[in-house]
Amino acid sequence: MIERTPLLNFTTHAILIVGLVMLLLPLWIVFVASTHDFRTVNTVPMPLWPGSHMVENYVAAWTQSGFGPKMLNSLVMAIGVTTGKIAIAALSAYSIVYFRYRLRMVFFWLVFITLMLPLEVRIVPTYAVAANAFRPLQVLLDVFGMSWLLESVTGLRLVLPEWSLLNSYSGLILPLIATATGTFLYRQFFLTVPDELLEAAKMDGTGPLRFLFDILLPLSKTNMAALATIMFVYSWNQYLWPLLIVTDPAYGTAVMQLQRIVPGPLFGEPPRWHIAMAGTLIVMLPPLLVVVFMQRWFVRGLINQDK
Amino acid sequence: MSGKRVTFKNFWLAILLILPQLFLVFTFFYWPAGEALYWAFTLEPPFGGEQQWVGWQNFETVFADPLYWNSVKRSLLFAFSSTALAMGIGLLLASFVDRQLAGYKVYRFIYFWPYAVAAPAVGLAFRFIFAPDAGFVSAINVWFPGLWNPALDGFDAMVLIVLANAWSMVAYNFIFFLAGLQSIPRSLVEAGAMDGAGAVRRMRDLQLPLIAPTFFFLIVINITDSFVNSFGIVDITTGGGPARATDLMVFKIYSDGFKGKDYSLAAAQSLVLMLMVCALTFIQFRFVERRVHYS
Repeated sequence: MIERTPLLNFTTHAILIVGLVMLLLPLWIVFVASTHDFRTVNTVPMPLWPGSHMVENYVAAWTQSGFGPKMLNSLVMAIGVTTGKIAIAALSAYSIVYFRYRLRMVFFWLVFITLMLPLEVRIVPTYAVAANAFRPLQVLLDVFGMSWLLESVTGLRLVLPEWSLLNSYSGLILPLIATATGTFLYRQFFLTVPDELLEAAKMDGTGPLRFLFDILLPLSKTNMAALATIMFVYSWNQYLWPLLIVTDPAYGTAVMQLQRIVPGPLFGEPPRWHIAMAGTLIVMLPPLLVVVFMQRWFVRGLINQDK
Repeated sequence: MSGKRVTFKNFWLAILLILPQLFLVFTFFYWPAGEALYWAFTLEPPFGGEQQWVGWQNFETVFADPLYWNSVKRSLLFAFSSTALAMGIGLLLASFVDRQLAGYKVYRFIYFWPYAVAAPAVGLAFRFIFAPDAGFVSAINVWFPGLWNPALDGFDAMVLIVLANAWSMVAYNFIFFLAGLQSIPRSLVEAGAMDGAGAVRRMRDLQLPLIAPTFFFLIVINITDSFVNSFGIVDITTGGGPARATDLMVFKIYSDGFKGKDYSLAAAQSLVLMLMVCALTFIQFRFVERRVHYS
């Protein structure tokens, strides 16, 4: 702190409080709206203080949308994507940093370039792959003549099975796992680990896998926590991809459900905003809790990405 | 890349370790991108059969379509106004939190919360708050009937989605600006103050130039994010309407490709969008990283 003029201090507090109100007001309104009955929520302007219908609204929203299995699906997806991303990021960063081979820079850039194109931008062609996730590999094998070679040698034709990702957990999880940021974050971490550690380990006769699992990964715990919080929020909040890959309600996620609870005069229903807002709050709560309780790791991970 | 002095030599193990990532990147990234390229230059005959090579015809169709240019224009308007708003507010809040008065940790803690909320959830919340016949903003319709109606007025709808997107992006900008401001040595700012530079002057001539890399990094991230995030917000609040006033690029690709089932046209549009996002990222890597660095 440099200047402590009363006027400047007052302005500071005033602006910070206005900012606080602006950022919290939408969340507060969602909460307040979810505690009133149908008539109160549709009065203009709506009261700014919670009402007494909270429990019944949440019960109604929960049962109507079947949030039980939907939240479970979201949880499976979020945990699957998060663990998958961390595992794959750690393994590939380890390969790039701790092994010396010519292709490693090529591999690094192949992974790193994916940062440029998020899923939403290439949604149409990615969806086309989902019907059979082995198709690209099959074509590659055919083109490079490997299956022909194999056929002429063994008399067997190598045909990969069809692997549809539609309406499955693997479809929800796998396309989101490839991670440039995670790989980059792990690479940064591995580069800060002193060389002497590996020298000492090698002297003691430690193999590459043992070194990774017994020494490096335990050291990277904070790194892992940071990555986990970011990726959990990211994958829980996925919307467009689940919307395409899932047509069977049994695999529907909580965020997808938001589309169904939009009240609108379009469908000739009364605007039941109190139920819709209760549903919104249910859907946004898990990632919000992660951010509130794990903010320290979250922010560290975000800023260290330093793309 | 600064490498390790000591490494392992086991080539096949190295390949094995990176193979899962390569498989995923190939299957869900490079292959689809390549296929989009193929589709963009071919057409499926109406009665089935092989894809036919049609050269630039798909792109000509796309570029001749005024609806496409409408969506490009709307996307850019959306991207630039929500970026300006989110970055402006983020910087303002960060520079005041950086003064570290009593309680600044509470602000820092709470300002970050909106980042956790999914785009469609932001959309639904804002749809309610800004609804023409319920919520809060509709109060102005009591005094001036028909003044605010995002369901009928294209401008109102655009304002709605810009505000929703800016609200969800402020937190991210705030965190990065704050980290940038706090990485400036205190002694430098104090020296400026001793030379008689006021708070505004120090911000303009000292702090802002020093966080220029953060600034440009955030511009690129915000614009890219506004392309990506927009789908959830638009799909829940306006559905591209009214009268295509909020028909943003990702939303149009989605509706052409999956509702209209025209993969070739959607692929051509995807390709243009991919090039735009790539160009932005490229500018960030090449141009910004080199020119704007003061350390």
